[in-house]
Amino acid sequence: MSGYYTKLRARRTYRWEGKPTSEDRKLKRRYYGSLSIAVDRRPAEAVVSVGQYILIEGHDDDNPFVAQLLKLGDVRFMQVTHVQWFVRMCEIHQNKRKLLGRSPHPQEVFYYQDRSCDNEVDAETILGSVQVCVYKAPFPDRENKDTLFVKLVWDTKAFRIMDPELFQPPQSPKSPPPYQHAPRVRALPTPDPTVMKRAMIGVHTRSSMSTGKMGTSEAESAHSASKLSAAKVLNMKRRSRISSNPNIRKKLDLCSPSKKLTRGDVLGDILGEDQDTEEDLAKKLGSSPPRRISITIRMTPLQNPSRSSTDEECLSVQALDSPAKPTSTALDNTSRNVLGVQPLDDDVFELEPALVSKGRTPRKREATPRQPSLRAPKAEEHEDSPIQTTATPRSKRKSAQLVSFQIRKQLSRDELQSDGEDADDDCFVPAKIDLESSSDEEEEVKIDSEDELIVKRSRCTAGSKMTRTAANSRASARTPRKTPSKKAAPTTPRTPRHATPSIPTRSLPARKPENVLEEARARLHVSSVPESLPCREQEFQDIYSFVESKIMDGTGGCMYISGVPGTGKTATVHEVIRSLLQAAEQDEIPHFRFIEINGMRMTDPHQAYVQILQKLTDQKATADHAAALLEKRFSMPAPKKETTVLLVDELDLLWTRKQNVMYNLFDWPTRRHARLVVLTIANTMDLPERIMMNRVASRLGLTRMSFQPYNFKQLQQIITSRLNRVKAFEEDALQLISRKVAALSGDARRCLDICRRATEICEHSGQQGGTKLVGMSHVMEALDEMFSSSYITAIRCASLQEQLFLRAVIAEFRRLGLEEATFQQVFVQHQGLCRMEGLQPISVSEGLAVCQRLGACRLLLLEPSRLDLLLRVRLNVSQDDVLYALKAD
Amino acid sequence: MSVQRILRERFCHQRLPDRPVGLESQYKHLLELLRRTAVHGESNSVLIVGPRGAGKTMLLRCALRELLELQEVKQNVLQVHLSGLLQTDDRIALKEITRQLHLENVVGDKVFGSFAENLVFLLEALKRGDKSSSRPVFFILEEFDLFAHHKNQTLLYNLLDVSQSAQAPVAVVGLTCRLDVLELLEKRVKSRFSHRQIHLLSCMSFCQYLDAFRSELALPDDFPDSKFSQEWNLNVSELCEEKSVQEILQKHFNSCKDFRSLHLLLLLALTRVSVSNPTLRAVDILEASRMSSADSKANILHGLSVLELCLIIAMKHLNDIYEGEPFNFQMVHNEFKKFIQRKSHSIHNFEKPVVIKAFEHLLQLELIRPVDGGVCKVQREYQLMRLMLDHTQVMEALQRYPQCPTDVKQWAISAFG
Repeated sequence: MSGYYTKLRARRTYRWEGKPTSEDRKLKRRYYGSLSIAVDRRPAEAVVSVGQYILIEGHDDDNPFVAQLLKLGDVRFMQVTHVQWFVRMCEIHQNKRKLLGRSPHPQEVFYYQDRSCDNEVDAETILGSVQVCVYKAPFPDRENKDTLFVKLVWDTKAFRIMDPELFQPPQSPKSPPPYQHAPRVRALPTPDPTVMKRAMIGVHTRSSMSTGKMGTSEAESAHSASKLSAAKVLNMKRRSRISSNPNIRKKLDLCSPSKKLTRGDVLGDILGEDQDTEEDLAKKLGSSPPRRISITIRMTPLQNPSRSSTDEECLSVQALDSPAKPTSTALDNTSRNVLGVQPLDDDVFELEPALVSKGRTPRKREATPRQPSLRAPKAEEHEDSPIQTTATPRSKRKSAQLVSFQIRKQLSRDELQSDGEDADDDCFVPAKIDLESSSDEEEEVKIDSEDELIVKRSRCTAGSKMTRTAANSRASARTPRKTPSKKAAPTTPRTPRHATPSIPTRSLPARKPENVLEEARARLHVSSVPESLPCREQEFQDIYSFVESKIMDGTGGCMYISGVPGTGKTATVHEVIRSLLQAAEQDEIPHFRFIEINGMRMTDPHQAYVQILQKLTDQKATADHAAALLEKRFSMPAPKKETTVLLVDELDLLWTRKQNVMYNLFDWPTRRHARLVVLTIANTMDLPERIMMNRVASRLGLTRMSFQPYNFKQLQQIITSRLNRVKAFEEDALQLISRKVAALSGDARRCLDICRRATEICEHSGQQGGTKLVGMSHVMEALDEMFSSSYITAIRCASLQEQLFLRAVIAEFRRLGLEEATFQQVFVQHQGLCRMEGLQPISVSEGLAVCQRLGACRLLLLEPSRLDLLLRVRLNVSQDDVLYALKAD
Repeated sequence: MSVQRILRERFCHQRLPDRPVGLESQYKHLLELLRRTAVHGESNSVLIVGPRGAGKTMLLRCALRELLELQEVKQNVLQVHLSGLLQTDDRIALKEITRQLHLENVVGDKVFGSFAENLVFLLEALKRGDKSSSRPVFFILEEFDLFAHHKNQTLLYNLLDVSQSAQAPVAVVGLTCRLDVLELLEKRVKSRFSHRQIHLLSCMSFCQYLDAFRSELALPDDFPDSKFSQEWNLNVSELCEEKSVQEILQKHFNSCKDFRSLHLLLLLALTRVSVSNPTLRAVDILEASRMSSADSKANILHGLSVLELCLIIAMKHLNDIYEGEPFNFQMVHNEFKKFIQRKSHSIHNFEKPVVIKAFEHLLQLELIRPVDGGVCKVQREYQLMRLMLDHTQVMEALQRYPQCPTDVKQWAISAFG
């Protein structure tokens, strides 16, 4: 466990390996053959290249996502990769697991076909490479932890046998690239196999990199071969490197001297590789179809929605891939790449559609521009849009930088020979000159100091690398998406760290209800979850459609629900979520996560962050840190992100002076990548207007709903539906209860409580009388008990002196014409009354004691008794009530 | 002497009676409610409301005692006792709950971790439980009204919310003497409360009070010296018949119906029982009553010097003249000087500093009190004061004052000095 964890914590630096293989000028993307990942404290760098299987950082540290790398690209400054996902068993929804029909092999993964899944991933989430093999036969017994097996395809509905053509290994399975041994020792011990999405034909089957690089990576892996886990080693090395001075830092970059290839080498590599690729593909297709045939093949699947056929199509395209042209462009590329500028070749335009289409479609290098247009099926188009959008927001923010970068690129194209590093350096110049400012500028997300530090350091490495190595090593200076909190030391070491919150189980089981009344009482308890919520159908429908549409669209939104207590707000929302979850299970809508927080259940509004984060990711963090992490999470595109539905109950308690908690809660859904639906509940209808600042209220939007108090018919219906044919109440009795409650508050809880109390009263009286139906008298008694004010009885039961004192208070009020008197004044009256009643007058101390007793019951309102004789006395009941109570005596 | 011991224990230790007296229906209600939580796992919430000394805690303890006699309940039920006077905020209350529940984050006898962590942990724990499988928990909140003053009423909200939802079965029992306690609850909290209130308002008549008096004093049957106990019990019955005793009790009953004050009275009487004086007499009770009802301020007045008493009388006259307006030392001194001039033969003519000293002594005894809290820039002589004594108190004290000069008495009685 800890291995992954440490890995996660370690800083990883990403750097493009080699030169861009192609560039898309319009989208400002460049594509690379491979990416090297350097991890702190580890001596060797892991290199992943296109076509290879990779592990992608997910929410679960022990089961990272598995995918095949399709494309490695550089969109402006963001590194993106297109991948084909694979899924582990544990990632499949619980209820679907049984569809497999057998127990999964621990290392099994499934080729994942789901249109809704975003397959553009931030390159920085790549953890390392892994080996994936196709198995037809039973799984091998040998426990090679490094290898995952693919056998079936999972398309979110069913498992299917995998079409062998779908699966194109990065290279011949017999000779796995040496670097694949890299980090993943721990990834695999997961009990659940994983389904993977698999990369379609890795267009660049460049997985095996150019020989030169091969050499490097071989050397690297050899270096680390003796170590337990390459990742660990990498990590260690990185750390030591960073902790020491920059010279040492540079050494690591130098230690891969083969990167400084001669131009010729590189060219040769690329050429050779492309040829290899072609051969491979041809072989796979069997009868290596000529180009035209392949086109026709491609046309057919257009009508065929099935995923596998599209895959085939892609395969064929792959096979077609121009051997001649790419090589020539590659030649161009490389020659220019050495200088550090991304060359623009003709391919770029053709690549664009490929880029636009989801990463699932392989990266193509068609020679003719028409092909891509043909290939882009309409169905895919709507899926594409989110991806494009995924890419944009970041770049927008950096537009200023970008523009200057482009201009400079243009200008310096000629000078590049002499000033090779210029172009790339431009974008990193700030990093070199002023590391802090650059990191601040470029990190669009707010990061806490911890993160910042990391960024700074990695920038440092990136910058220094830049100067020395080939230009295209645009290592990511970005921190891993999730930086787990580093503070390890628990504040209280003695507290058991993994205490499970639970109430001990009872030694004897609870008794079941025995008779009709007990049964009725159990059903009437507020806690019992009814099968349906009567009288809230309209509200249910509204909320349901709101949330459903947001989930379907993968967008976010806010909704504000108000209503007095006990009108079923929370119950309705829970009901909605329940049915949505059911729908999601049946695949009617995409899966989503539901999180609930309650303003009353936290000690401080800022704890909301902590709770949300914990429910989302199981991480524990301080409020500030959690806020930063959530901010990051909701503003960054992430792989396979599900919609999150967040229910915020008792919203008004999240109010802070700066209102930043509320602001964030309403701001996140508006982010493009958040996919967050926030449902907020509070009691007051005009809460947004009353307590929220304009900027907060504006973000909340206008989706409001208010729950009206129940009227008596609805209350009656609620009780009847709860009772569900258990005959325990007389019809009139029910009506009385519901009318009474509706007149007072319309609170369903109150209504149910009264019913429950009535059954109790009935049960007690029934023991003698024998009737077993709650009648009017019982209900009346219950109502009396709950609604009648106890003041009058209290006065009647008070002692004689207390009654006299109350009388004296009223007499004094009348005399003064005020509603307030001092104790001394009242006491004089009291003495007089005592004499009139023929009682022995009491002393001042006793009188004060009497007064205090009445004050404790709140029949009187008193000032603190320190004031002694001068304390002021007021009545807490109306004078009429007092007189009425005393007269009847 | 064992009589003293037994009876003292009875009066001081608040031993539970075998059955609650005069509260049968409330007792039944509470018992039934708790039983259902313990046995059926039904969550409940209830408030026991009654004036101080009405027997709220006694009722609850009796109910719990009876409940715990059931084997089934004893094994299951967890109890958490909280008091609003001890757990003055939610943080402390939460730690206390966690400690008493022996949740897994308790180390030894202490609870660590932040407030937020503890809250989340506790709620999570309660949430995990369900109606049928987890042990029911009784939350007993004494001085319930004080919990309502905690910030946001977080604790109450959560406890009552648990009692209203399908989580671990809990019974929240609140004890309070405030009749308006529901108005203290916030509307959300109020909605979650089941609105069951058990009112303890004793409607005892004097006869019942007398019976209680008798039974409280009676010695048990298993008293070692049976002859003595018979004598004692006979004596107690005779006491009840006696007129003077009845009068005293009637007076007590009029002022306060609860048992606690009766216990206090009897305890005072009991201290006068000794070997030489083996029975309780009416005089003892009379004396005890006098002691317990004595006015504390009048007692202080008895200890004052004649000069101080004169000053008090001067103040009383000032109060009469100016109808309760505050006075200062100079006014009192003038009034005093006038009296001295008239009756110079009976009272020694004190110097002004001596009078000031006496005045300050009264201030220290808090028989007079500065009007504006004592922080005043004016000279001491001109600082405005109020007399904290009532007219009747002064007169009563004068009556009893030993060797009080007649002139002074007359001065006090005369309307205008």
